[in-house]
Amino acid sequence: MSENDFALSQPSERLSASGYLKQNTGQREDALSQFILKSYRRRKWVSRTLILGLGLAAIIVLTPLFSVFGYVLVQGLPALNLEFFTQLPKPVGEVGGGMANSLLGTLLLIVIASSIGVPWGILTGLYLSEYSPSKRAGFIRYCTDVLASIPSIIIGLFIYAIVVIPMKRFSALAGGIALGLLMIPTVARSTEELLKMVPQHLREAGLALGIPRWKVTLFIILRGSVGAIATGVILAVARVSGETAPLLFTALNSRLWPTGVDQPISSLPVQIYTYAVAPYDDWHQKAWAGALVLVLLVFLVNLITRILLAPAQRRGH
Amino acid sequence: MKPILQVKHLSASFGESLAVRDVSLDFYPNTVTAIIGPSGCGKSTFIRCLNRLHEEVPQASADGSVVLNGKNIYGPGVDPVQLRRKIGIVFQKPNPFPSFSIFDNVAMGLKLAGIKKKYLLYEYVEKSLNQAALWDEVKDKLNAPGLSLSGGQQQRLCIARALAVEPEVLLMDEPTSALDPISTARIEELISVLKKNVTVVIVTHNMQQAARISDFTAFFLLGEMVEEGETSKIFTAPREPRTERYITGRFG
Repeated sequence: MSENDFALSQPSERLSASGYLKQNTGQREDALSQFILKSYRRRKWVSRTLILGLGLAAIIVLTPLFSVFGYVLVQGLPALNLEFFTQLPKPVGEVGGGMANSLLGTLLLIVIASSIGVPWGILTGLYLSEYSPSKRAGFIRYCTDVLASIPSIIIGLFIYAIVVIPMKRFSALAGGIALGLLMIPTVARSTEELLKMVPQHLREAGLALGIPRWKVTLFIILRGSVGAIATGVILAVARVSGETAPLLFTALNSRLWPTGVDQPISSLPVQIYTYAVAPYDDWHQKAWAGALVLVLLVFLVNLITRILLAPAQRRGH
Repeated sequence: MKPILQVKHLSASFGESLAVRDVSLDFYPNTVTAIIGPSGCGKSTFIRCLNRLHEEVPQASADGSVVLNGKNIYGPGVDPVQLRRKIGIVFQKPNPFPSFSIFDNVAMGLKLAGIKKKYLLYEYVEKSLNQAALWDEVKDKLNAPGLSLSGGQQQRLCIARALAVEPEVLLMDEPTSALDPISTARIEELISVLKKNVTVVIVTHNMQQAARISDFTAFFLLGEMVEEGETSKIFTAPREPRTERYITGRFG
């Protein structure tokens, strides 16, 4: 109804609903705008408070990270020198020496663990996302979650029973396998989630070219998400590179250079543990330095992978 | 004229619900057949049955026969993978493979079919991009990502990708519905050129488009084919009142 209809309306029509509304609109508008203004002020205030709260929460979350990093840096930096990266640990009582063998050992363990955990995890993720019927996928997914929540020391015990005892010795291999097992669920789940984000029509586009399903999966779907999957892998590597418990009775420790995968091997976390619980100041210093190196190692792996994958990811966008 | 593709009593369903009911339709070589009808009438499902892409959807099934050059593609021992090289498809939304270059998008079908020789791939890519009327626009940036192109170019890239494996039939599922009028016009032009080499089956919501580019038209409604015939006849003198109501936009 336009304005003119009302202008022409006669007193008799004022009793109609529309006439009544028109009569009272003026007052109502005032009250309404007052109300809206008030409520707007209130909402703006609430919004500001909440945003402030969220900012605070973010700072609180970041505090432990930076304080841990800062503390480790302050404690570890003084003991860090070239010797630390190049020399074997010195016997008790002798000052000096380094953790070169532990650093090398950790890298070796990560390589063994990755060569087991990464392919196995990615294949599991692929199966879950691309091939398995939904009921079976649900069951496997559940099992993966259970595996992920098993305490790592139990995994270590398990490997002790099935690898260390039959081999009759602690070994880098056993440690690597234990860490590899720990990687599987993380890699599998992150791979699955990422593949699920690939839209269905891309799979169909591949199939429509007369490409067999496995090739579509491997060369189009998987290749397209390689950057994102690598991020999941890094997270898994970062997680296991700091694991101590499963290594205690699989890889054990060693004061010597690694000589083979069937021999006990030193690793940063175990060496840090050994040094930290010992009653020597020099060793405590070294433990802090080791901790710093471990943190930096994870940080570096993360950074390097990101840089290497950056071109691939840019192409994806 | 002998049909290249004959559909006989084709029904298709998703689980319990029947999407296409008992459709029989012939497609003739080097022609464009338009499939029109309101949303949800089973047009897309119908053409997805023609290269057996329909069955890739969980719980989807198809029944009946589709005869390509005298051979039933739903017969025993037919490998859908081999079949799909002969019947390509272009989808509604342009969907180049992300993280692949323009070149690789077109070459992927051949590469994964085992063609490794660079010069051969290059030859096919150039030919396909030419056929898709995209070559001149992209020849200097074949290594740029496929997604860096505009929407209309992306759709032509998808057409080139489908043409690269040299299909005999090209299915198009509303290929211009996500594009602006200029890109749409280019693709329509392209289709009229393409039919010299391939048989085109195009699903469209746009009746003017169907009238402009197709030689034959089939009208679908609620999963059934109501009427089919030469486009000029369907649009000027339809036999069925339902067809007439739809093409005159008075469907209620």
